[in-house]
Amino acid sequence: LSQLSSWLQNGPLITDGAWGTQLQNLGLELGQMPDTWNLSHPDRVESVAAAYVEAGSQVILTNTFRSNAITLSEAGLLAQLEDLNRTGVEISKRAAGGRALVFASIGPTGKMLMTGEVRADEVEEAFAAQASALAAAGADALLLETMSDVEEARIALTAALRTGLPVIVSFAFDSGKNKDRTMMGATPEMAARAMEEAGASAVGANCGAGIERFLPVCQRLKAACSLPVWIKANAGLPELQGGAVTYSTSAGFFASHAPALLESGASFLGGCCGTSPDFIRALAAQRSAS
Amino acid sequence: MPDLQKLYDAVLDGDQKTSVAVTQEALAAQIDPLELITKYMVPAMDEVGRRFECEDYFVPELLLSARAMKGCLELLRLLLAAQGSQPVARVAIGTVKGDLHDIGKNLVGSLLEGGGFEVFDLGADVAPEKFIQAIRDKGVTLVALSALLTVTMPSMRTTIDALKQAGVRDQVKIMVGGAPVTQQFADEIGADGYSDNASAAVALARRLSALEVAS
Repeated sequence: LSQLSSWLQNGPLITDGAWGTQLQNLGLELGQMPDTWNLSHPDRVESVAAAYVEAGSQVILTNTFRSNAITLSEAGLLAQLEDLNRTGVEISKRAAGGRALVFASIGPTGKMLMTGEVRADEVEEAFAAQASALAAAGADALLLETMSDVEEARIALTAALRTGLPVIVSFAFDSGKNKDRTMMGATPEMAARAMEEAGASAVGANCGAGIERFLPVCQRLKAACSLPVWIKANAGLPELQGGAVTYSTSAGFFASHAPALLESGASFLGGCCGTSPDFIRALAAQRSAS
Repeated sequence: MPDLQKLYDAVLDGDQKTSVAVTQEALAAQIDPLELITKYMVPAMDEVGRRFECEDYFVPELLLSARAMKGCLELLRLLLAAQGSQPVARVAIGTVKGDLHDIGKNLVGSLLEGGGFEVFDLGADVAPEKFIQAIRDKGVTLVALSALLTVTMPSMRTTIDALKQAGVRDQVKIMVGGAPVTQQFADEIGADGYSDNASAAVALARRLSALEVAS
């Protein structure tokens, strides 16, 4: 039994919700890299993680989405790569207290390989450094999320697998008429097959559109490979009301989509942008009711 | 006489090597550079845009075609300058203050260059003052603002307000775009135009520049 299958032995797991919006509620300013709070405000970061564990998350992530070497060096923070990633894992593990698994979050570099603004070997090194720092700090698994370029995901996956940890790769399907393509045009089938072949432990979809768009994507990921599927949906599309950003979807509406997603094979279910601990509470309630 | 249909096809297919080779042959055969642009390259990019809208093409195809077109334009630039042709317009592009995302902005920048614009890329997390400076120092007539995050959209309004304060708002047309941006938001903050994708942004930039010249 693989590590991941043993975690899933008793059925699908509820993951967590958004971190960025929660940190903003606690005073994170616009344009400030959320990951820096691992060092400057570890207590506030821990309170977000703890709120998810309290709400019923069985897997929580880490506040390390942007802590790859390329993004950090652009922000002048490369020297803190090891510290940001290590403290990110430590904070989530403290909050989990053994009640939840900690999957460490790794986001894309934000650079495009095909325009030549970064080289493949730079991307590989950037992810390898982050993955090894996260693994050394004791993450249970690594999550490559919000990917849009299959090639970048493949490079990141190869680098992450060297830690020996299970690696999940999740894409943002936010383009195309049916919101079933990544920005770079990849379909769920292309992403699932490429990641299975390259050794991922699970594939998934996160961010992108509201939860109502995720069912067909989940079904297609499931059909295209033999891996468990990871789903983290947004709370609908953001709207601007009187200068403030709001998300139209309620926790109840969000959770009402859970049974169909679980039915169609989602093994991990949680929320992305705009979701809060209330959404996770509603998901957990929905799951125990079913 | 070179087969110029090949130029159209090469730009459409994002084949820079062939598009540059055909352009070189055409120049050797004394064909007018402007004709190459208006009859073959621009129609090819229009078709690229159409296919992008129909979702036959995605970002990679857009980039490859823009790169092919840019390669040809570089060959033609000196000749066009000698003829007295100006770039379509000078554009200052940037992701607004507070927002560090630059993929969408880079993409629109590349496509604008492919479309014959002179592009000043101010980067990401750009303070309003930098846009003002570009308008004053670079002869920019078009400002393109990008935001990827809903939470940084208000920075677009701040930027436009700062341009007004500085008294340079009326010297330029302003276009906005990015995942969370909508036409309604663009109208609300007093932008001149909005497009919901990178390809349409080039058409919008052309339209706004034509207005600029006409006004």
